[in-house]
Amino acid sequence: MINKLVLENLKHRWVRTLLSALVVGVQVMSILTLIGLSRGMLQDSANRTKGTGADIVLRPDTGHGTLSFSSGQVKESFVPYVAKLPHVRQAVGVLTQAVELITSMNGVNFDEFQKISGGLRFLSGGPPQGPDDLLVDEAYARQHRLHVGQTVKLLNHDWHLVGIVQGGMLARFIVPLTTLQDLTSNSKRVSQILVKLDNPSLADREVAEFNEKLKGNLQAISMADFLSLFNINNIPQLKAFIAVITALAVVVGFLVVFLSMYTAVVERTREIGILKALGAKPWTVVDILVREAVVLALIGCALGIVLTIIAKAAILAIAPASLPVTDAPDWWPIAAAIALGGALLGAIYPGLKAARQDAIEALSYE
Amino acid sequence: MNTAMIQVRGLRKTYHTGDVDVHALRGVDLEVQRGEFLAVMGPSGSGKSTLFHILGGLAPPTDGHVFVDGLDLRALTESERTEMRQRKIGFVFQKYNLLPTLTARDNIALAQALGKRKSWPEGFNEILDLLGIKQRLRHKPRAMSGGEQQRVAIARALVNQPAILLADEPTGNLDTENSDLVLNLLRDLNKRTGQTILMITHNPEAAAFADRMVTMRDGRILTSDS
Ligand SMILES: Nc1ncnc2c1ncn2[C@@H]1O[C@H](COP(=O)(O)OP(=O)(O)OP(=O)(O)O)[C@@H](O)[C@H]1O
Ligand SMILES: [Mg+2]
Repeated sequence: MINKLVLENLKHRWVRTLLSALVVGVQVMSILTLIGLSRGMLQDSANRTKGTGADIVLRPDTGHGTLSFSSGQVKESFVPYVAKLPHVRQAVGVLTQAVELITSMNGVNFDEFQKISGGLRFLSGGPPQGPDDLLVDEAYARQHRLHVGQTVKLLNHDWHLVGIVQGGMLARFIVPLTTLQDLTSNSKRVSQILVKLDNPSLADREVAEFNEKLKGNLQAISMADFLSLFNINNIPQLKAFIAVITALAVVVGFLVVFLSMYTAVVERTREIGILKALGAKPWTVVDILVREAVVLALIGCALGIVLTIIAKAAILAIAPASLPVTDAPDWWPIAAAIALGGALLGAIYPGLKAARQDAIEALSYE
Repeated sequence: MNTAMIQVRGLRKTYHTGDVDVHALRGVDLEVQRGEFLAVMGPSGSGKSTLFHILGGLAPPTDGHVFVDGLDLRALTESERTEMRQRKIGFVFQKYNLLPTLTARDNIALAQALGKRKSWPEGFNEILDLLGIKQRLRHKPRAMSGGEQQRVAIARALVNQPAILLADEPTGNLDTENSDLVLNLLRDLNKRTGQTILMITHNPEAAAFADRMVTMRDGRILTSDS
């Protein structure tokens, strides 16, 4: 019976109910979309590294396991040294530079890279010849309607677009290493070294060997371990950002449910008096309001998940290249808990106010 | 201690609104026996509703002694008064006070749920029939006339078979025919089940259905005749 009252109350003021739920839903959506984007982008980066076909990645030995995207910290002179180590078929230095918000550019020695990867697949055009030649992947080219022969301005530099390649290998932009080094003041430096072994099954053994030899300079990591590093938990900045958005969602959810419940309590002063006159304990009154808040949060969650799916479709339609999104259904319960938490917090004060209300005074309220 | 259902002595109630004190009750003495049907009359503002609210445990007395079924209302905590309302009291409000979002049936069911009852008491169907609201159970208060709402409010007050029924002008909005129906019902319940009934009315004919009538004026009980 209490549940029926809760539902009827929500139905009675359905516009308010819907609007409050919608705000909660937007919060749920922002959390879920943020997670989906973060994961999508990380997965995308991981896949690109994996796509190169390297067995081992060498990174600066920073002494801790977090993922860093800062450019050029490895001396390029390590590349020929590593290339001569036993079991190494090919080593190639890659310099990474962020271009747009989250799209990056790789500088590589193209001929060396072709040997490691088995070759980029050209959809149009061909390999770079001159220092200002640029390769772009297909998704980006499609999104920005680029075609071979065009001049593209990136990093304040005019590039000559010579080839469009199938994506999934290195960054979306590929340019000659030395040009990128000069442009970014990273002369003789690379971000990481990709290593291809004679025999991929030796990877784990070689990792140990490399780490022994290169201790203090470079850290070797097998491709499998490298991929598992592409995880939100390994990027403190991203984790902090998600925490902020989550906190914001709790606060907004709290405020909106607070406001909604508060106006409901004021507006229903008389009804609350009636309930008390009929023998409802203060806790029963709080219970009713809490249930209303819970239903609001649940409707909000459902709306949020629907909005997330719509947002994903919209993002993929508008910017498939720059914003890869994945679904994060494992975060649905977490987002629901966050919405619920905010709603419950928001119900506390109005609930207590209602519980304290004097029944008879409430009944004389017109 | 005698067996009186309600014992009131020197009851005062003062409302503080802003900087004026309203002395709604200025020393009420009243005794109602178990199974008695009492009518309370008196001009508007004489304190009738206030007295009922206190007897029903809805408002605390300012001063004086109030015993209901042996319970000293001044000694009860808020939650004990709530419990008393649940278990002993049926209240028919002057302004009906139905919940606007619920249908008539749900209004009755809610009172029943709060009184922790599972099903309608025996004969309740007949009561609904008699009150002529059976066809209106699926309607919300908004869609009902004042008289219909009043009869739903009466049904709601009876659903938990309270030992004491406090009815604040239960026939105030009814035509003579319906009024007689309700009054006959109350008298019948009073005679058959021994329910103690206190009823406020402005109508001497309605008061005639009761065993006894008292008149209030200026916060006091004036006359008491049997
Ligand atoms: N909640 C309240 N706050 C302040 N004053 C009140 C309150 N309730 C009643 N009063 C005042 O107490 C006095 C008695 O009111 P009460 O409602 O008991 O009269 P009544 O006899 O029931 O009148 P009526 O026949 O019009 O229903 C009135 O002067 C009224 O204004
Ligand atoms: Mg009155």
